[in-house]
Amino acid sequence: MNMLIFLIPIALFLGGLGLFAFLWSLKSGQYDDLDGAAWRVITDDEDKPAL
Amino acid sequence: MSCCAAGSEGALDIERAGHALPSAEELRLSSRAVGPGLWQVDLSVPAVHCGTCITTVEHALKALPQVERARVNLSTKRVSVVWKESVDGVETDPVALPRAIAATGYESHLFTAVEEASDSLRNQLIRAVAVSGFAATNIMLLSVSVWSGADAATRDLFHWISAMIAAPALIYAGRFFYQSAWGALTHGRTNMDVPIAIGITLSYAASLWETIHHGEHAYFDATASLLFFLLIGRTLDHVMRDRARSAISGLARLSPRGAMVIGEFGTQDYRAVEDIKVGDRIAIAAGDRIPVDGVVIAGESDLDVSIVNGESAPQSVAPGSAVQAGTLSLTGSLTISATATVTNSFLAEIIHLMEAAEGGRAHYRRIADRAAQFYSPAVHLLAITSFVTWGLYDGDWKHAMMVAIAVLIITCPCALGLAVPVVQVVAAGRLFKAGIMVKDGSAMERLAQVDTIAFDKTGTLTLGRPRLVDGPAVTAEAFAIAAGLAAHSRHPLSRALWSAYSLQPRSFDGVREVPGAGVEAATSEGTWRLGHRAFACGEAQAELIPNPYSEVVLSRDGAEIATFHFEDILRPRAETAVRQLKASGFRLGILSGDRAVVVAKIARELGIDSWRSGLSPRQKAEGCAEAAAEGSKLLMVGDGINDAPALAAAHVSMAPATAADVGRQAADFVFMRDGLEAVPFAIEASRRAGRLIRENFALAIGYNVIAVPIALLGYATPLIAAVAMSTSSIIVVANALRLNRLALDEASSGEAETGTRVTGPAAQPRLAA
Repeated sequence: MNMLIFLIPIALFLGGLGLFAFLWSLKSGQYDDLDGAAWRVITDDEDKPAL
Repeated sequence: MSCCAAGSEGALDIERAGHALPSAEELRLSSRAVGPGLWQVDLSVPAVHCGTCITTVEHALKALPQVERARVNLSTKRVSVVWKESVDGVETDPVALPRAIAATGYESHLFTAVEEASDSLRNQLIRAVAVSGFAATNIMLLSVSVWSGADAATRDLFHWISAMIAAPALIYAGRFFYQSAWGALTHGRTNMDVPIAIGITLSYAASLWETIHHGEHAYFDATASLLFFLLIGRTLDHVMRDRARSAISGLARLSPRGAMVIGEFGTQDYRAVEDIKVGDRIAIAAGDRIPVDGVVIAGESDLDVSIVNGESAPQSVAPGSAVQAGTLSLTGSLTISATATVTNSFLAEIIHLMEAAEGGRAHYRRIADRAAQFYSPAVHLLAITSFVTWGLYDGDWKHAMMVAIAVLIITCPCALGLAVPVVQVVAAGRLFKAGIMVKDGSAMERLAQVDTIAFDKTGTLTLGRPRLVDGPAVTAEAFAIAAGLAAHSRHPLSRALWSAYSLQPRSFDGVREVPGAGVEAATSEGTWRLGHRAFACGEAQAELIPNPYSEVVLSRDGAEIATFHFEDILRPRAETAVRQLKASGFRLGILSGDRAVVVAKIARELGIDSWRSGLSPRQKAEGCAEAAAEGSKLLMVGDGINDAPALAAAHVSMAPATAADVGRQAADFVFMRDGLEAVPFAIEASRRAGRLIRENFALAIGYNVIAVPIALLGYATPLIAAVAMSTSSIIVVANALRLNRLALDEASSGEAETGTRVTGPAAQPRLAA
């Protein structure tokens, strides 16, 4: 049972990490153009989002 | 990807006649500074639709030295370009940007600033979904341990952790519901959000109370997952309304944002349209739109007025003629004197008419709202009844409270909240793939009820592009000469004549265009003229035999050599669409502003019996109102400014993407492809969506019929409540996804894919060669 002291915070931390990653990707505009992203995979360009 | 084939560069000059590039001043006006010496401008490129389009446009832009970055957004069909103010000391001309895009064969337009606020609301909602999803999954994990037998101190610990996760999630993600519920309550109304807000608050409070008193049952998991599912519904609903709307408003602007005003001493300065006063003299170049109503004081030209009154033949203007805002000057430059400011010009009058007409539609209540109207009082009543009954029955008010909360949670309109938006988003996505954009969910609900359809003629049933009808009747020699002359004019009839000629046209030197009349060339054989009968043959305008065709006359030294007749091209698959609609039992009609002979001819060709011609915008709107008064649900399909009031007045409306700005704004649906089969397709998709929504309501209600008695009898433990709730939501979503299988006549719309480019130049390869 004592393991729970570690396991629960770890579980929450990992979950939180996922949440943070999602919020970050949302903020950095990765969901702004889902249709375009699907096509950009097949181009060879060096690719950076505009502002 | 043949759609993006190269070789259309040569079409550029011809293309420009139909679509003027924004001016440097306009571009500067709508750019914003993004850094020292850097500006960003967003252009709408409605024709981009695949990976090659992205690369083509981006490469063309990045090849320019003054472009810092260029990025195409395929979802919103826009390109944002960051450009340098000056390169090596040379000031940048921003017109180079749209010109570079035009050189690849795509049209680009400036658009009005979109509502940034709505985009940020979408992101807030998505963040709330993420947070509540995080809370729901973690609490659910802890709950599983509790359900599988954790007890005493461990259970309390888990409950406390759950409470700590749920609290911030509730405040952060639940604020949308609290705000909306509070807004409704302060106005003495109730909406779907009131039981949600009460349900989640009460369940959280009661669970906390249970936890403090070491109780067995806590509803944190139900609270959080409820929030999660409801937010998904809310977000989908928002995205659905948002996406298409931004794409619609992002298309071509009709009214120019400014004009070149001639000052007292002949100076020219560019002014925003709002600053143009009555009496100002404005210079209009060939290919420009007229910014405000006015009177021509110098110059001659042909005006494309189709977008204003539906008349398909261009109108010639000379000093003294009145011109209306929004019309396009085709062949010559004009100087006009403004007779109205932008706020009281023709365009403003139309907008005023539209506002007056919109009343009919404002009464429409969305299905979800109507459901909420009955649902939320019923839920409250049920919860209160169970609370009172249980309290009186066993005297244990705490238990009564828990039962009431279980009832609130189980009946919480989670499946109901998802039932409508999920279906509508899936349907809208399906329509989007077929090139049809939907403004909001209620439009689909309204379209499903339609029984009568009224079409506009020019630009809707027809493409508004003339086509030569009697080419073979003309001698080859005359044809070659006419085509050679026509190549020098941007008049739509000349372009049609030129593109109908498939051989090498004769070449001429020193061709002179006479604005408002035609073109002439002096050669050793004599003076060739191509244009109006009056211009070519020097006769007085002898015409006025009612003639459904527009004509162009070729003459040598005033003697008629050949006459060419033109008619507007029917929209692709118009006949199929009309036949299909008739077969499904719709009543069809035409409401047009064009001349009776022209309308009668089209009506006969398509087999539409009831038609009216020569209608003013007001009469069109009245026609729609009459239909509504007779109790029929009217779908109006139209494109021009003159259709806008009718589009607003009709029960539901559709417009092609080539429509005027106001027309598109007024329409509920906008179809991007040329073919008219979009109309039956949209109706069919809306009907199926309506059917699925009703099925979903049945499922949600069926679920309540089973679950509510269990909750009322006091058997709903948190486990049951949570499982039941999630299951019902998932079933509703799964049912909605069935709509993706909707495949209607894809063959024809697949072929139309190539026609997506609104520019669609037909005879380009020859020119490029």
